Amino acid sequence: MLKINNLHASVEDKGILKGIDLEVKAGEVHAIMGPNGSGKSTLASVIAGKEEYEVTEGNILLEGEDIEELAAEERAHKGVFLSFQYPVEIPGVSVTNFMKTAINETRKAKGLEDMPAKDMLKMIREKSEMLEIDRKFLSRSLNEGFSGGEKKRNEIFQMAMLEPKLAILDETDSGLDIDALRIVANGVNKLKSKDNAVIVITHYQRLLDYIVPDYVHVLHNGKIVKSGTAALAHELEAKGYDWIKEEVNA
Amino acid sequence: MSKYTEDDLREELKTKEYEYGFYTDIESETFPVGLNEDIVRAISKKKEEPEWMTEWRLEAFKVWKEMTEPEWANVNYTKPDFQAIAYYSAPVAVDPNKTLDDVDPDLLAMYKKLGISVDEQKKMNNVAMDIVVDSVSVATTFKKTLGEKGIIFMSISEAIKEHPELVKKYLGTVVPTKDNFYAALNSAVFSDGSFCYIPKGVRCPMELSTYFRINQAGTGQFERTLVIADEGSYVSYLEGCTAPSRDENQLHAAVVELIALDDAEIKYSTVQNWFPGNAEGKGGVYNFVTKRGLCEKNAKISWTQVETGSAVTWKYPSCILKGDNSVGEFYSIAVTNNYQQADTGTKMIHLGKNTKSTIISKGISAGKSQNSYRGLVQISSRADNARNFSQCDSLLMGNECGAHTFPYIEAKNKSAQIEHEATTSKIGEDQIFYCNQRGIDTEKAIALIVNGFSKEVLNKLPMEFAVEAQKLLEISLEGSVG
Repeated sequence: MLKINNLHASVEDKGILKGIDLEVKAGEVHAIMGPNGSGKSTLASVIAGKEEYEVTEGNILLEGEDIEELAAEERAHKGVFLSFQYPVEIPGVSVTNFMKTAINETRKAKGLEDMPAKDMLKMIREKSEMLEIDRKFLSRSLNEGFSGGEKKRNEIFQMAMLEPKLAILDETDSGLDIDALRIVANGVNKLKSKDNAVIVITHYQRLLDYIVPDYVHVLHNGKIVKSGTAALAHELEAKGYDWIKEEVNA
Repeated sequence: MSKYTEDDLREELKTKEYEYGFYTDIESETFPVGLNEDIVRAISKKKEEPEWMTEWRLEAFKVWKEMTEPEWANVNYTKPDFQAIAYYSAPVAVDPNKTLDDVDPDLLAMYKKLGISVDEQKKMNNVAMDIVVDSVSVATTFKKTLGEKGIIFMSISEAIKEHPELVKKYLGTVVPTKDNFYAALNSAVFSDGSFCYIPKGVRCPMELSTYFRINQAGTGQFERTLVIADEGSYVSYLEGCTAPSRDENQLHAAVVELIALDDAEIKYSTVQNWFPGNAEGKGGVYNFVTKRGLCEKNAKISWTQVETGSAVTWKYPSCILKGDNSVGEFYSIAVTNNYQQADTGTKMIHLGKNTKSTIISKGISAGKSQNSYRGLVQISSRADNARNFSQCDSLLMGNECGAHTFPYIEAKNKSAQIEHEATTSKIGEDQIFYCNQRGIDTEKAIALIVNGFSKEVLNKLPMEFAVEAQKLLEISLEGSVG
């Protein structure tokens, strides 16, 4: 699904990613953990194709194709989805209208007609029920005045609607209370299949109790310094990140 | 990664030509350039007007000669040479006695290019339309259907002849000839426009619409619109405007007067898409317009405008809330791009008791344009319990444009409640990236964000025009984010 080779990336000439190697296969869930400033969110942005980040070395392959030259929307059309840590507000654009535009633009890129309104409605109904989203919520302006939990739930709702191949969840757990966390995690688990993959970026182990990863990677100073199974996340929860920093520096 | 740079954007913007910039080669009869008493008389004579109308024009001309062009607006332009403009131009093939079927095929082809085939309009839309090309009203559709309800909808030239009592009674009562420089000029030389009268208690069953187009080079368009809604009646009226692309600036100085008698309601919507000039700021229409409505008791006037065209806009659709409990509304979207300049807003004059006004203004500036909102809310001493709510939002794209807000409030009655809210925002790269990440490209993302920003106003437009207006916003702003 995703193969990252020796990835170096910088923003405004400041190097942030310093040689990342990562392979994610279909059907897998990977967790990327690490202290603040280790480059977790940068990695997510670079995969999604944010313009400010410049890839200086290495490459990113999606299903064998180098996506370096592709614009963010083209990567999205190929099935890359990023659940934002801080989803932006778009006043006056309803969640429904936004989703309709996103789905139809993706279809257009694939040479398909707009999705019939009937199908769209059915899909919205199913996915909003799955994520326990109130219908009224869908007519509100995108993220405007949403609570932290509502924003994150809305991100997962969009993921459910767009059915991506590769979903990257960037700090989806931050700002969620325990109930919202459970709903969001259940949603992600229901969306998981043998044909797609999920990368969960998180600071804490909490979310990983609900979305159990196949692999856990620790990012430090722009590099993956340790990889392991779900057990590694528990170890980090108990011991913090300092021991890893010490190991690296030793 | 392939970057969509500032240069790419600029390049793309250049190729976005004005969609309505064609010129139709129809034979026209145009007066020599220049303005004097003889020209005023000649216009009046050409239109076979009665003596009182000729005198009214001459009086206006006398007033105009003594006036100077206003300079207080936040716009910069070379003042038109009023002696270098032709004040009358008419397609020769137009004969008022002909029916629609006899209209010059070239003219009909032009309407088609404009997307307003008269035949189609008749059949498909429930819209009665009057089309003004250059100075003359060419065809008024639906006349018969409206006639059965006693609704009069015709060119103002016809109305002067056929309904002189109504024209004489109301013309110049809301916008007096000496109101301002352009209104005085218009009063002297207006060549055509639309007239509409809705009888007592009648609800006009369809949208009435006028389509204006400047075709001939070196001409000005001075149309005059008069809408009278008699007691308890209702009408929704829409005007649309386009002009061919030309290097020189064309002048458009219109006057619109609305009269809403007791319990009447007028909804007046404008989609203005005059040629804005090219990407270097050359050419384009000077749009200097006076629009004002008078509300009697319990009456309501609602102005909705989508302004995307013109090189320079100077326009303040206003309401005089004379009658008790009357209501005035102003909903506006003004888009400026490249070197366009707009100074637009409204005046809400509260004279009656319990009068209410609402102002929602959305300014969108891109390129090197300047976009100003200028509004006056005036509460007179006897206007007890008057209320106003104003909201002025500006959206900026890029770093070279400007947005300005000039709200004036004059309250002479202590019971007045006036609220004013203003915001300025910028389309952020984060918003664009968010949309991109969901598969929406940058152009579409801007359209989406702008439409969201303008939604409150777009919602006020009649359905069929809201779609058109939405498209127009997209076209006007394509490739304009920096």
